[in-house]
Amino acid sequence: MIEIRNISKKFGKLQVLDDLQLQLDRGECIALIGPNGCGKTTLIKIILGMVMPDSGDIWFDGRSIRKDIDYRKHIGYMPQIGRYPENMTIGQVIDMIRHIRKSDAGRIDDSLYRDYEIEAFLHKKMRTLSGGTTQKISATLAFLFDPEVLILDEPTAGLDPLAAEILKDKIIKARGEGKLILITSHLLSELDDLVTQIVFMQEGRLVLHKDKASLQALTGQSSIARSIVHLLKSGV
Amino acid sequence: MTRILKYVFIDILKNKIVVAYCLVLAMFSWVSFGLEDSTGKGILTVLNIVLLTVPLVSVLFSTIYIYNSNEFIELLASHPVKRQTIWLALFTGLSLSLSTAFVIGAGIPVMVFSEPGTAIMMTLAGVFLSVIFIAIAMLSSIYTRDKAKGIGVSLMLWLYFALLFDGIVLFLFFQFADYPIENVVVMLSALSPVDLCRILILLHLDISAMMGYTGAVFVKLFGTGTGLVLSFGLLSMWVMIPYYLSMRKFINKDL
Repeated sequence: MIEIRNISKKFGKLQVLDDLQLQLDRGECIALIGPNGCGKTTLIKIILGMVMPDSGDIWFDGRSIRKDIDYRKHIGYMPQIGRYPENMTIGQVIDMIRHIRKSDAGRIDDSLYRDYEIEAFLHKKMRTLSGGTTQKISATLAFLFDPEVLILDEPTAGLDPLAAEILKDKIIKARGEGKLILITSHLLSELDDLVTQIVFMQEGRLVLHKDKASLQALTGQSSIARSIVHLLKSGV
Repeated sequence: MTRILKYVFIDILKNKIVVAYCLVLAMFSWVSFGLEDSTGKGILTVLNIVLLTVPLVSVLFSTIYIYNSNEFIELLASHPVKRQTIWLALFTGLSLSLSTAFVIGAGIPVMVFSEPGTAIMMTLAGVFLSVIFIAIAMLSSIYTRDKAKGIGVSLMLWLYFALLFDGIVLFLFFQFADYPIENVVVMLSALSPVDLCRILILLHLDISAMMGYTGAVFVKLFGTGTGLVLSFGLLSMWVMIPYYLSMRKFINKDL
């Protein structure tokens, strides 16, 4: 569904992504992992068209994303650090995004909106919100339009355990509906019951892309965290 | 486009600066017309205030506003919205609100006190100046990532256009007085939108003695009719070129 073709990107002298190739298919829940600064967020931003690659291209459903921006209708994105216009209230932000996305059908999935009881804070200004509440808004917006692809950058960082649990249930449900889900996280332990495939990146290059079962078979370990540690120790 | 424009416009109006700007312009204009004994003198006073303050407020407010809209831009960019649309909405929102503030603040008193032709020319020049300096602000804020540096660049540009430029032209004239440099001077005046606006209004008032040097040469060369068309054309270029350059940069910017 999403094809990443030979993407390279430099920030100044720093090579963030180096000739990266990757194929992400529908119905998979993919964990994107790797050390800090290995280019995960940059890759996500390139998929969303927020960062322009130096070379290479992304294909979404058989079309290059350079051609038109309509593919973003099918993506729900939850940023690592949600940055919102400070003077707007939660209600205004949600209204604005709904307003902008209005043209594409009325499928609205407001289960997170209800579960996080966002109605109670609608009048609050974005700048007064805590990090966790901002994350809840980001999660709600990502799932709101029932998109086919969900891109979640560190989704549970900053959420309290209850909110994180709600989000994980939501992700599992979305996986069951055959959506493509891309998650980055450093909390490998909590990915165990979520993901079906692992993509491991290091210094802007793809180290491995395998499904969970074959990774575990390869390393003989029972959890993702242990498998990755095993791989790193044995030197892939 | 109109959907995003609506949010930009509301956001700017909520910002009290634009309202304060409108009130200050109104105060200055009414007071200058009230205190001067002839309308002509009143117009000149207002003109001088307009030529200084309108570019300054437009360029500063817009630069800061664009930097503060970073979050807004980032939020929209991850949704199915074209980058061109976001940029155009910001530009239109700023232009509409600052021009409206100018028309209400300075345009109305000018219409009340002076004859319609001059009033229209004055209002047009003010609107053009606002829009031109918004475009310049967008250009300087997109090319500098650092906010303090961006504001500095905008201020320097204002200083150059509003104060230094006429001085430089005059200096050149005295230095090269022995050579026929009139044409060069006119060409130079096209390089400053503030000078163009001054020429535009003074062409209409027909007091070439008070036009500054570039204005006098301009009239001599083109006469009133052609001069008007030419200066409007040049002013439009001053809107389009900075805006186009800033948009081209914005489309490829990493957010």
